[in-house]
Amino acid sequence: MNWFLSNWELVLELTLNHIRLSIIPIIIGFVIAVPLGRLAITGRTARGIIITSTSLLYTIPSLPLFVILPAILGTKVLSDINLIVALSIYAVAIMVRAASDSFASVSPDVKQASLAMGYSRWQQFWKVEFPLAGPVLLAGMRVVSVSTIALVSVGVLIGSENLGYLFTNGKQRGILEEVGTGIIASLLIALVFDLILVLLGRILLPWSRSDKKSQSASAALQLQIKAADAA
Amino acid sequence: MNLFVSAIQWILDPANWVPGSQSPLPIQDRLAEHLLYTFVSVLIAAVIALPLGFYIGHTGKGRQFVISFTGAMRALPTLGVLFFLTMVLGYSMVSTTANFVGTMIALVLLAIPSILAGAYAGLESVDRQTIDSARASGMTEMQILTKVEIPLSLPLIIGGLRAGVLQVIATVVIASYVGLGGLGRIIASGIGLNDYDRILGGAILITALALLIDGVFAVIQRLTATPGVGSTRQTEKQSLRRRAPGPSTTVGTPLQERES
Amino acid sequence: MSIFKKGRIAIGVVAVGAVVALAGCASGDPTAPETASGGDSGDAIVVGSFAFPESEILGEIYAQALEAQGFDVSTKFNIGPRQQTIPALQDGSINLIPEYNGNLLAYYDTEYTERTTEDVDGALGDAVAKDDLVVYKSAEAEDKDAYVVTKEFADANGLKAIGDLTKVEPFSLGANPQFGELGYGIPGLKSVYKVNDVTFVPIEDFGGPDTVKALTDDTVQVADIYTTSPDIKSKDLVVLDDPENLISAQNVIPLLSSKIASDELEKALDAVSAKLTTDDLIDLRERVEGEEKASANTAAKDWLEKAGLL
Repeated sequence: MNWFLSNWELVLELTLNHIRLSIIPIIIGFVIAVPLGRLAITGRTARGIIITSTSLLYTIPSLPLFVILPAILGTKVLSDINLIVALSIYAVAIMVRAASDSFASVSPDVKQASLAMGYSRWQQFWKVEFPLAGPVLLAGMRVVSVSTIALVSVGVLIGSENLGYLFTNGKQRGILEEVGTGIIASLLIALVFDLILVLLGRILLPWSRSDKKSQSASAALQLQIKAADAA
Repeated sequence: MNLFVSAIQWILDPANWVPGSQSPLPIQDRLAEHLLYTFVSVLIAAVIALPLGFYIGHTGKGRQFVISFTGAMRALPTLGVLFFLTMVLGYSMVSTTANFVGTMIALVLLAIPSILAGAYAGLESVDRQTIDSARASGMTEMQILTKVEIPLSLPLIIGGLRAGVLQVIATVVIASYVGLGGLGRIIASGIGLNDYDRILGGAILITALALLIDGVFAVIQRLTATPGVGSTRQTEKQSLRRRAPGPSTTVGTPLQERES
Repeated sequence: MSIFKKGRIAIGVVAVGAVVALAGCASGDPTAPETASGGDSGDAIVVGSFAFPESEILGEIYAQALEAQGFDVSTKFNIGPRQQTIPALQDGSINLIPEYNGNLLAYYDTEYTERTTEDVDGALGDAVAKDDLVVYKSAEAEDKDAYVVTKEFADANGLKAIGDLTKVEPFSLGANPQFGELGYGIPGLKSVYKVNDVTFVPIEDFGGPDTVKALTDDTVQVADIYTTSPDIKSKDLVVLDDPENLISAQNVIPLLSSKIASDELEKALDAVSAKLTTDDLIDLRERVEGEEKASANTAAKDWLEKAGLL
């Protein structure tokens, strides 16, 4: 505990920065993936192009992507934007598949009924499809959240300030407790984010409350498998 | 785009494939190491995760615990786990052994959740009625598992392996941070020498390797699918075929079956 | 590969748009220099460091010394290799970083022939000027790459200088990955000392614990460990002599962007360089990396007080 007690301020600062660096890609992943996922169920060609190209993104190793991005984007080498763009790419890669599954899961009968009731296509999307796709979207977001938080730490190798610093610094100085603290703090962030997402789901999707928690969790686990099941 | 052209030229340059070259070359040695690490770690992960997943999927026991546990495993930052393990193992082993073993464990931990989820989700996706009729026809539990459940859920089981392999291939890069080989070594030396050809060339090689292996898995998944049953891919395709151009029908993946 | 490229760029572009929009409102981090300073010379001086403990200690020393002189200072430590630090200096993400004169010159000219501190410093000024950078006076303190062996191995084989390694061929040598290709590394070992039968083992930790461990457990027989490593004393290691000057001077030297250069700044940094010795570096590293595990901040502060600079 000695190391932690004399360095808790550093841990706190890195944790907060880690959270900041994680939240943005998670949100961007959602915002970009939902329309792409909806587009993917409009036809076979659209689906093939969207699902295949986004799951290709998932195979790009993270470290070289972080290093190359400034040269492609014209950003500064130490800018947080490099890390955030890279993590957003991975978030989109996972989330598009989940989003497309979620929209495909909405029963066509329900959609027909809504059109019959006089909803426009736009209303149909926002009032029927989007809410009904909610539980599967949420499951996808839980996977995105966990994997983004775990990946942020690799950013330390390109000078990003996050919990990964405790890994490299702890290793160089031979302080096992420092590395362990980084792992635990990273796990705690992931846990809190997951709880927040579940809570958001309860509030925004009250009708899905009868779903057992395990179902959504197991769906989340399956999404990762399915992310690869495209090419 | 010059960056990409130049990196591709670097990959194709025969000088980078000369056997016995100074590390990080030749490329084929690093490719072989990369594949070796991937194969060993996924194999170990499969030996642990598949039987466990079959047990959970068949009996339904311990499901909740395993779901939470594998969720937490996914949240592990692999870089930190790698450093932690190599440091701990380094207290009692010579450095090369500690680094190799530590890296393998870190990669095994990375691959287990996907493989485990594929195994039990696959078994759960098998129609209850099918299992009941197998039982009624006098099959033992072991026969039900090996002759009914596993064959019917093979595409999802292989899907889990496939996801695990892809994650490992992309992550083996960090093995060079503890002195191991693999394509990460090319990238690391590129970063150290300010050589974009190597950084990007290494990344392209890894992505190409991942795509190649992914393609092999896709073919296996297709071949193992029992016609008409249990295959994500086939039901999906059929429904897509039926669907056009009218409103879409439900895609029959196990995920939706559980949610609806 | 064309799909891969297109897909990646397209998504990248979309993502960037969204990121820029979001980052604009989400950047509440006071330590983020790219938004905080905008690279203006009137703002705080951002001191950077490389991603290893000694560099961080030196960064702390610069930062605290300048603060004591009334400069407005912030820090951005733990930055990767020169491929990152030089562009960061140019774009204003950082303004000042502790450097090593020989390796910095090697970044600009891998074939450089200067070996002494005077010659290296002389060539360095012109080299960095191309990138709108400036170096001030170098310190006596030096942290050199060195060919290091264990005492047992040196005694058993009568090793004193690098050239003696011909007696123990073939052997393995552990060092950072780029050592295999830089002039003072494997190529120089072959051309200058005629040591040819070497297996190079890349170890990615700047002569840190992994490299030392590989040497002491005989995974490698020779390692590139830097001369300020506390392990040289504590693990009873021997630095092989370099009579042919294969390895050049590696004095600590402040590198800064010409935008922030000023007489007051030069005076303040020269005062630090005038006091800093190699033994100081060894002591500082021992405090941070040895048993005590002192923070770089504390170790730097204590040294500055002792040197009368605070």
